[in-house]
Amino acid sequence: MREVAVVGVGMTKFGVSEKTNVEMFSEAAMEAINQSGIKPKDIQALFLGNTWGDFEEGQVALASFAAADIGLPNIPAMRFEGICASASVALRDAFMWVASGFYDLVLVGGTERACIMGTPYATRAFATGSDGRYEFPCGITFPSVFGMMAHLYAKKYSIPLDKLKEQMALVAIKNHQNAKFNPKAHFPLSIQDIMENRRKRAEKQGKSTPNWADEMAFLHDPSVNPLIADPLQLYDCCPFSDGAAALVLASAEKAKKLTDKPVYIAGVGLASNGPLHNQKDITRVKAREISAKQAYDMAGLGPQDIDVCELHDCFTIAEIAATEGLGFFDFGKGAEAVEKGETKIGGKIAINPSGGLKAKGHPVGATGVAQAYEIVKQLRGECGGRQVEGARIGMTDTLGGDLCTVCNIILKRGW
Amino acid sequence: MEYQLTYNQYKEALKENKLLGLRCRECGAYTVPPKKVCLECGSEDLEVVKLSGKGVIRTFTVTRVPPEGFKGPYIIALIELEEGPWLMGNVVGVDPDQASMDLIGKAVKLGHTVHPGDKFSAGELVAATFSLEN
Repeated sequence: MREVAVVGVGMTKFGVSEKTNVEMFSEAAMEAINQSGIKPKDIQALFLGNTWGDFEEGQVALASFAAADIGLPNIPAMRFEGICASASVALRDAFMWVASGFYDLVLVGGTERACIMGTPYATRAFATGSDGRYEFPCGITFPSVFGMMAHLYAKKYSIPLDKLKEQMALVAIKNHQNAKFNPKAHFPLSIQDIMENRRKRAEKQGKSTPNWADEMAFLHDPSVNPLIADPLQLYDCCPFSDGAAALVLASAEKAKKLTDKPVYIAGVGLASNGPLHNQKDITRVKAREISAKQAYDMAGLGPQDIDVCELHDCFTIAEIAATEGLGFFDFGKGAEAVEKGETKIGGKIAINPSGGLKAKGHPVGATGVAQAYEIVKQLRGECGGRQVEGARIGMTDTLGGDLCTVCNIILKRGW
Repeated sequence: MEYQLTYNQYKEALKENKLLGLRCRECGAYTVPPKKVCLECGSEDLEVVKLSGKGVIRTFTVTRVPPEGFKGPYIIALIELEEGPWLMGNVVGVDPDQASMDLIGKAVKLGHTVHPGDKFSAGELVAATFSLEN
């Protein structure tokens, strides 16, 4: 296998967009292509993550149309669907095709336009990621899966639910604090900022202004932070977001000619898990443990070598479980680690400096590549107020559906 | 070999409050809901059996923001069945607003509920329900 490098990255601002899936992807893709100093005609294949284009715009065949929109000349253009891990699954495949020597230069990315659906229809569309025959009939939703994970976690590790909920709230506070320094985030706001904005709005409307003592008091207030799927409240959940991200991958030989800061893909992993009933103890995601081991083994690295990690915090409890599954903390100790500040920038391991899915946003089909975008920027030292100083090795973790697919990518500085 | 216990057969039985599953003739493990092969050992040598429909709640949630076509709040739980497999179902007979951690470990028995389904569901939807024993 040959070494493969990321030579250019691009990403739209995440949030609510009026642009189509193709338009958003084209913006991210051209940013990555222009940064790489190449032309669209140089690209040999497109690997595109997208999950619910069919539901959002009544559009399949997205990869072909996306390729045409940026003038990729009649090349193979493929759509990848791995639920929330779609773009990571595309990235792993793109890596393998270049590593194998079949291609020298490829484009990989993802795009998603979820907000247009509105919450009830989006919740239905997202539930197509659950087992449609044996679990969807119960009215299962993604928050419900992670609500069940949180209750089982509290039970298994004998943590009083109120205490676990505070630890989960600290994940939200940390990730929003990080997103404050990410201009491309859906919510570039700390919980404090959101709280102040609420207060000002109430004042303006002449309504009584709530007087929350601090961020935790705000999060304890059910009038602003209602229950979604017990014990998860609104601020335990990532938003529906629109956005796109893209990377240009090149063989090492080609990469040296294109950039003096190539970021190498050191290891990749991918595993599946089947429906939720197969998995039994859902506090541990078996697919993650298998996928992470593949990535660590390929890279010749372990959890202790990772300086920065963008992982799948679709819900606050999901971040805690992921930090354990990836080996950063012992099982049952992830919640305590958040409380000790070990996952903050400057802590034992910086988790989600971008703000994560929680605050940067989660345009599902784009998320995995957006995570890699952040890691590349971190390794290049381009992250300003959210920079993890001296980061040399980074990792992504993307979880699909009801814990049924996990993909991990390890990236390292090539200079 | 033909699919031994299809979704349709499973669903029709569930509508009569019967929980069908597969018992492996090689390793003895139960597979519920049905699959093509034994979930434990991968064997195709399976027999269709009726399960007791009894189990205990291992975890739960109260869904308050449902998908289109459902009306919340309702309780969803993962049940460990007497025969070993875990199964998802709705807990009925408990007020969702009173649901607490005390539910975990409670013994339950099977029932069912039918939803009309929607244009994505390939027909009606039948969910297992569970009510507390005693």
